Amino acid sequence: MKIKSFLLLFLFSFISISLLAQEDNGGMANLLRSNGRIYVVVAVVVLILSGLILYLVRLDRKITKLEKDN
Amino acid sequence: MYKSWWKITGVILVIYTCTAGFLLEVPELPALGETIRNLYFHVCMWFAMMILFTISMVNSIRYLRTFNLKYDIYSRQFAVVGIIFGILGYATGSIWMSFTWADPNNPAFDSFSTVARDPKLIGAAIALLVYFAYLVLRDSVNDMDKRARISSVYNIFAYAMLFPSIWIIPRLLPSLHPGGENGNPALDTKDIDGSMRMVFYPAIIGWTLIGVWITTLKIRVNLLKEKKLSSL
Repeated sequence: MKIKSFLLLFLFSFISISLLAQEDNGGMANLLRSNGRIYVVVAVVVLILSGLILYLVRLDRKITKLEKDN
Repeated sequence: MYKSWWKITGVILVIYTCTAGFLLEVPELPALGETIRNLYFHVCMWFAMMILFTISMVNSIRYLRTFNLKYDIYSRQFAVVGIIFGILGYATGSIWMSFTWADPNNPAFDSFSTVARDPKLIGAAIALLVYFAYLVLRDSVNDMDKRARISSVYNIFAYAMLFPSIWIIPRLLPSLHPGGENGNPALDTKDIDGSMRMVFYPAIIGWTLIGVWITTLKIRVNLLKEKKLSSL
């Protein structure tokens, strides 16, 4: 329960990020729009890759657990 | 197999490949343009395949020397993941060549089907088919020891077959693929720009480590299965 409320607090604290970006139009938003927006592609590819790697890590953990049970 | 430092290295190198590979400057080449960045992905698939097939062959020899079924499982799983990387290499290559080789002004290479007659592609297809046959052969024998022995011997021959079909013959015939009649492009340090080498070599190591990681997972599952069967 404690963890859940902490997570919620953590997530909600980021609500204003998009507002911040619109205010000064700097930092991350600028970076992502520079260079023909190639950084957007990089972000997408890295996200897909980290998803696949997380899946591999999970499989690894599951198999380790199975090996310990045997 | 159970340590995690090389898995983390692999992950870091692959993520580095996918960011630096897009962001660093590449030399401007005729016809290729930005697609030269495929070097970090398409070529690395073949490198990973070659390394995985080599490990598979070594494990086949180890099986034939010791008759320990563990090595048979190793060699089969390394071969399967090698095949997956080979298919990925073939598929990515066919996309790449469709946009660089296919030339509407040159009737000899105006479509995918004419381009696909390139000796490098036929050689790669033969190599992959030889390995498909390995899987078919292995899974069609029911007796465990016989299966391990036959498929280990076949695996060594399949590995030997790789050399004429993907290394030698495509280099003897005129080919659109780099490394036709003028040497080995991938390992020629004069043929590749310094800034690209900075990503290319880590990329090879990274993709290979990811392949080995996937293989060890498959091996561990199969060892567990084997253990369960033998305890019944």
